[in-house]
Amino acid sequence: MNTPPMVVAVNVHKYFGSLCALKDISIDVAKGEVLCVIGPSGSGKSTFLRCINQLEKTDRGAIWIDGELAGFRRVGDALYELNDKEIARQRISIGMVFQRFNLFGHMTALENITEGPVTAQKRPRAEAVEEALALLNRVGLSAKRDAYPAQLSGGQQQRVAIARALAMRPKLMLFDEPTSALDPELVGEVLAAMRDLARSGMTMIVVTHELGFAREVASRVVFMDEGAVVESGSPREILVRPQHPRTRDFIAAVLK
Amino acid sequence: MMPNSRSTDSRPDPRRPEFSIAHLRHVPRRFYRRWAAAGLILAVFGFVAHAFATGQIEWDVVAKFFTATAIMEGLVNTVIMTVLAMILGIFLGVVFAIMFMSPNPVLKTVACFYIWFFRGTPLLLQLLLWFNLALVFPMIGIPGLFEYRTVAVITPFMATLLGLGINQGAYTAEVVRSGILSVDIGQTEAAKAIGMTRLTTLRRIVLPQAMRVIIPPVGNEVISMVKLTSMASVIQYAEILRNAQSIYYANARVIELLIVAALWYLIVVTALSVGQYFLEKHFAKGVGGARNRPRPVERSL
Ligand SMILES: Nc1ncnc2c1ncn2[C@@H]1O[C@H](COP(=O)(O)OP(=O)(O)OP(=O)(O)O)[C@@H](O)[C@H]1O
Ligand SMILES: [Mg+2]
Repeated sequence: MNTPPMVVAVNVHKYFGSLCALKDISIDVAKGEVLCVIGPSGSGKSTFLRCINQLEKTDRGAIWIDGELAGFRRVGDALYELNDKEIARQRISIGMVFQRFNLFGHMTALENITEGPVTAQKRPRAEAVEEALALLNRVGLSAKRDAYPAQLSGGQQQRVAIARALAMRPKLMLFDEPTSALDPELVGEVLAAMRDLARSGMTMIVVTHELGFAREVASRVVFMDEGAVVESGSPREILVRPQHPRTRDFIAAVLK
Repeated sequence: MMPNSRSTDSRPDPRRPEFSIAHLRHVPRRFYRRWAAAGLILAVFGFVAHAFATGQIEWDVVAKFFTATAIMEGLVNTVIMTVLAMILGIFLGVVFAIMFMSPNPVLKTVACFYIWFFRGTPLLLQLLLWFNLALVFPMIGIPGLFEYRTVAVITPFMATLLGLGINQGAYTAEVVRSGILSVDIGQTEAAKAIGMTRLTTLRRIVLPQAMRVIIPPVGNEVISMVKLTSMASVIQYAEILRNAQSIYYANARVIELLIVAALWYLIVVTALSVGQYFLEKHFAKGVGGARNRPRPVERSL
């Protein structure tokens, strides 16, 4: 294979005090792949995503993003921890969408989207604004460019948050239960934006309870429980014919 | 007794006499006790006003000195000191709040010590310490490069500015810290996720939103700073109270000059309160409006 995978996680462990939140996670995500992560509450799905863009430090194991070691520089056999600035630079190429949107409350929709390109990437403002308007259009919110987050519905906020992440021109997008804080009738509009993104060839890791979405869009599904990967495979293998009883119980519980 | 409706929907039957209300009259609540309280307060107020009007106060002396040169100079010095000491205080407050919350243990310890020391000793004592710094260090500067005689550098103005500003910084640091804590952690994470460094996140995302929480107490502190400047009269800084005092040492019109100073303090504080209203309005951007903001008049009470 000549193109390296977008994400390679090897033996990743994460502890919170004595609690082992991630136990020996090893996952590859190829370029253009959409990986859906499912699992019960507290199984470590968010923690895994947060380790990928270093909102949490891994305690053991390592993660490579597009061939680059995340959070460390390797010199010979030594791993040197990166500083704040270098970590910030690595995060630029990874977009993240949060369960609770986390739009910047003091900025309009447009300012939320241009903030990253202008402040973190130092791109010219005019160019950033032009691109932001195109992104707002893409998520169907051109009319809301000057609205503050408090004036937007949950679904609209989440679509702005997706646009904000895309404005950084990321090569990888992480979604942490992007629809579970939404009223049921708003879920569709956000999933539509994500489906659109998946079709455009973006590499995505999506933590979700929307099994329908996973089945339709995912190239692969991972089931996690108690900090470990229980099984992974095609959506059909995991969602329709799960091998492991824990997976079966979980899917039955979600579908009920 | 509740009427017992037997119809299938539970609405009361409008034909029954106890539910016909068209002929009833609304009588607004009467606030007898409010009226009584207002009357009593008016009476007390009238009594006090009468006492002052007929007491041993020469109001024309008040009027004469209200705009006297020494009073005006004192007023200007008071306002200048308030502004400069607050600027220094807010600057130090932000710096030390950030240091206090830094993951670096050295910075954190320094900030801790600063807040502990300057909040733990009386302001008057700090002013006296700064003013008498020459007793400890006759010369200040970097030996060999430049050196000055301390008495020449630490004028009453400098001593007051350092004393008030550094003391204020210790309080403002706590206010800024609580403002920073009031901003949801999700904001910081979102900022990191788009590649901002820790300091950029503070400057662009956290502090602007913390301002909403920081400004009301800082406004409060500006107002108390106006009055705290009067303490500098003990170290010979020519602020309004000290100048009023030097006038009454000469002419013995003690009460009249104190009234002049009091009136000026009230005027300055009222003007500042109006300014605070507009500042709060500015930083309430993006958060639903004017709900919890007192109007300027309420504010100055
Ligand atoms: N900052 C933290 N400090 C301590 N424990 C934590 C922290 N973050 C997560 N945990 C613990 O780690 C475990 C995994 O949490 P995580 O948030 O990754 O679960 P999750 O699979 O995302 O669950 P959910 O579906 O509810 O979001 C949980 O037991 C949680 O309590
Ligand atoms: Mg989670």
